[in-house]
Amino acid sequence: MKHHADLAEVFNKDEERVDWHDETLWWVRQKRDKASHQIPDWEELRETASQIKLNVLSDLANYLEQFEKQAIANGVTVHWAADAKEHNQIVHAILQEHGITQMVKSKSMLTEECHLNHYLEEQGIGVIDSDLGERIVQLANEPPSHIVLPCIHKKKEEIGEIFHEHLGSKKGEDDPQILTETARTHLRSTFLTRKAALTGVNFAVAETGEFVVCTNEGNADMGAHLADVHIASMGIEKLIPQRKHLGVFLRLLTRSATGQPITTYSSHFKKPRPGQQMHLILVDNGRSIQLGREDFRNSLKCIRCGACMNTCPVYRRSGGHSYHTAVAGPIGSILAPNLDMKQYADLPFASTLCGSCSNVCPVKIDIHDQLYKWRQVIIKEGYGDKKKTLAMQAMAFTLSNPSAYRIAGKAGRVVMKYAPFAVNNSLNPWYKQRDMPKPPKQSFGEWYSEHRK
Amino acid sequence: MKVGLFIPCYVDQFYPNAAIATLELLEKQGIAVGYPARQTCCGQPMANSGYEHLTEGCNSLFVDNFAGYDYIVTPSGSCALHLKEHLHTKKNNGVALGMRKKIYELTEFLTDVLKVKKLDAKFPHRVGLHQSCHGQRGLKLAQMTELTAAPFSKPAALLGMVEGVELVPLTRPDECCGFGGTFCVAEEAVSVKMGKDRVADHEQNGAEYITAADLSCLMHMEGILHRKNSSVKVIHIAEILNGVKEEVV
Amino acid sequence: MTSRDKILADVRKSQPPVSSLPDMQVWENKGQANANVIDTFKMVAANVGGKVIIINKLDEVRGHLNFIPGSRVLTTIPALFDVAGNAADYTDAMPHELENVELAILPAEFGVAENSALWVTETQMGTRVLPFICQHLALVVNAADIVPDMHAAYLRTQGTDNGFAAFIAGPSKTADIEQSLVLGAHGPRSLIVFVVTP
Repeated sequence: MKHHADLAEVFNKDEERVDWHDETLWWVRQKRDKASHQIPDWEELRETASQIKLNVLSDLANYLEQFEKQAIANGVTVHWAADAKEHNQIVHAILQEHGITQMVKSKSMLTEECHLNHYLEEQGIGVIDSDLGERIVQLANEPPSHIVLPCIHKKKEEIGEIFHEHLGSKKGEDDPQILTETARTHLRSTFLTRKAALTGVNFAVAETGEFVVCTNEGNADMGAHLADVHIASMGIEKLIPQRKHLGVFLRLLTRSATGQPITTYSSHFKKPRPGQQMHLILVDNGRSIQLGREDFRNSLKCIRCGACMNTCPVYRRSGGHSYHTAVAGPIGSILAPNLDMKQYADLPFASTLCGSCSNVCPVKIDIHDQLYKWRQVIIKEGYGDKKKTLAMQAMAFTLSNPSAYRIAGKAGRVVMKYAPFAVNNSLNPWYKQRDMPKPPKQSFGEWYSEHRK
Repeated sequence: MKVGLFIPCYVDQFYPNAAIATLELLEKQGIAVGYPARQTCCGQPMANSGYEHLTEGCNSLFVDNFAGYDYIVTPSGSCALHLKEHLHTKKNNGVALGMRKKIYELTEFLTDVLKVKKLDAKFPHRVGLHQSCHGQRGLKLAQMTELTAAPFSKPAALLGMVEGVELVPLTRPDECCGFGGTFCVAEEAVSVKMGKDRVADHEQNGAEYITAADLSCLMHMEGILHRKNSSVKVIHIAEILNGVKEEVV
Repeated sequence: MTSRDKILADVRKSQPPVSSLPDMQVWENKGQANANVIDTFKMVAANVGGKVIIINKLDEVRGHLNFIPGSRVLTTIPALFDVAGNAADYTDAMPHELENVELAILPAEFGVAENSALWVTETQMGTRVLPFICQHLALVVNAADIVPDMHAAYLRTQGTDNGFAAFIAGPSKTADIEQSLVLGAHGPRSLIVFVVTP
């Protein structure tokens, strides 16, 4: 089974690359700081967004019904998918109905979560991702490593090599301007020849039945407006009550994500254009279960800005792939265990609980507190390491018994052997790259009994 | 005012000087400080590893030890935060929950309760202040760079009262050092890399000492500094604020 | 049981007691106090890669257009039909026919100072794909129609019913390769905003 610590250790074999990855994402975090600090009432805006989302979660069923009714009235075909499999089957059925074998797709983390590309390929349908970063990782046959910056782990030289191999750019070409132009030309012909386009959804408005898609590249619009069939996939938690609430979220989203004041395009899709079909798929896939977990339901407020990844000191130094799930980083680590507790039991532990994620979150999800709470759940459900459990039981015993603690202390700080960082032997990871302080002759307790009593 | 001194297990065992400095510093303020002899640990090592359910013994011991005090002061932001957020017992929960409000980290206590304005201390060195996450983001000992809010720092303000202290600016003033409890061994590679980067920030900005209100971070950074034979030393903030360094050895 | 009914039932079972919505009027009032919207708009537009030209009347747009002679230019502004084709002619046509449009000149309903976004409706686009497929885009907005922030912006859209509309801020862009900003991703390579200030 994949484990974050192992994958992170591999990532850390190339320290220079870790430094580069860390600096690149730190730069994005700094851009976010600059943008957010320009809004004097930023913290109130976050609070407002958080309250709106709480209202949505508390009345979600009614909002879903309202949204569905409006969307149908607008001429949109609404589908419901209980899980990833059903979502993929719905997409496939729509394509089959139109005899379409090739589709263009703009960024949708939901389709990553559902492994849609893989499913469609098995059905003989070709999918081309049109977001530049997503296209790059698709050509490299890798998943995205970041929800907003899918190929942030790739260096331009590596991208140049991929483009040379797949898109025929000049060997050794690594100028981002020229590489982007290569992708523009390649994807333009894709947009012009695909009859179906799938997009994600950033926000859907219950009041009006419309949905908003945000991109910088314009790829969602190029796909959707040129296609005969537009399929939009959204998690059921993406709803907001009324159009006026969009103002709050569009102010927060991109400032948090990249430090831009807004994405280049915030497209409001309401009705299909004449002659076009518009399908909208509402996907549950575990969300209603998460909604029922009181300690974790706030994770459904997430608007997928990626700020928690950019600020996370662990994410920056372990890379998105070390989280082995579609949504990496702190938010992914509180979402994934809901989908599969065993497979993702490691993720809530891939954190120092420093709390920076909760501070940058535009909808004020208590991410680091949820990481702590997931740890308790995972251990109680029996997904912890057996050896660790024994050590913890021994440590708990010693620390509950002052006399055992004192004796242990006298005998050369033996108590600390249960603290996993204290035993000086070659098997203890602490000592691989660190020393421990030399134990002093007296503990404070011993000093105190000599000097104060 | 009756103040109970809580010295966390690893401070008791490895850093008695920091504990002595804390005691003396409080005594100099004219406070009667008691030190319950049967104390051990706050329970955080188990709880942060997902074993909060094993902390009952530790917690009830803590409650028994400190029940009679008006305030409980500890030179560790992390332990203070854990107790404030999670202290509970089956047999005496009312007392435990009430106790959460009486627990203070040292610099917080000096600033908010004693309202210290002056210190008789001298430390003529360039000092880098490590903002331990649990102290800073958990106890709000200092403003956090993520927020759009006015800056302040309780530890820095206290250090400003010590003659000769020159605080060095840091490139990343509140990035985590990577200790993280059992994270430091469970995620050894990332933990060490975070520690190395944090230490490098202090070194590059000319710090002679790295100080903090949390020894767990300092122990981790000291381990890295020591391994690479760096001349930069770590020192708990209580020792600087107390102005004297009494060696136990 | 259909998936629809199952999802709705599961959600109803899981959702917490209804919590109230925050008051949005607080935010709507804040923006009104913000003066100097034009200066803010200009500065922010430049920061996102756009170019702002202040003109006194619509006619002056002509003097600033700089495109290769013979290239295809479309507009939905009748006053410019002498220099550009009517984009509305293509409403029902295959959008693919617009792939070689060099420049589109379109009116915007209003602009937003805090992020330099311009609200362009489907009608103003002529056809939906136009502001995205053209190589270069020019948008025209009245100075009086620049609002301070997004709260004011959505107040402006109240009661409107557009099949499609978009906020557009700057030319299309990407920073997916090592965070290097490149203008001209899949949409227009440049954006000029004409602010008509009589």
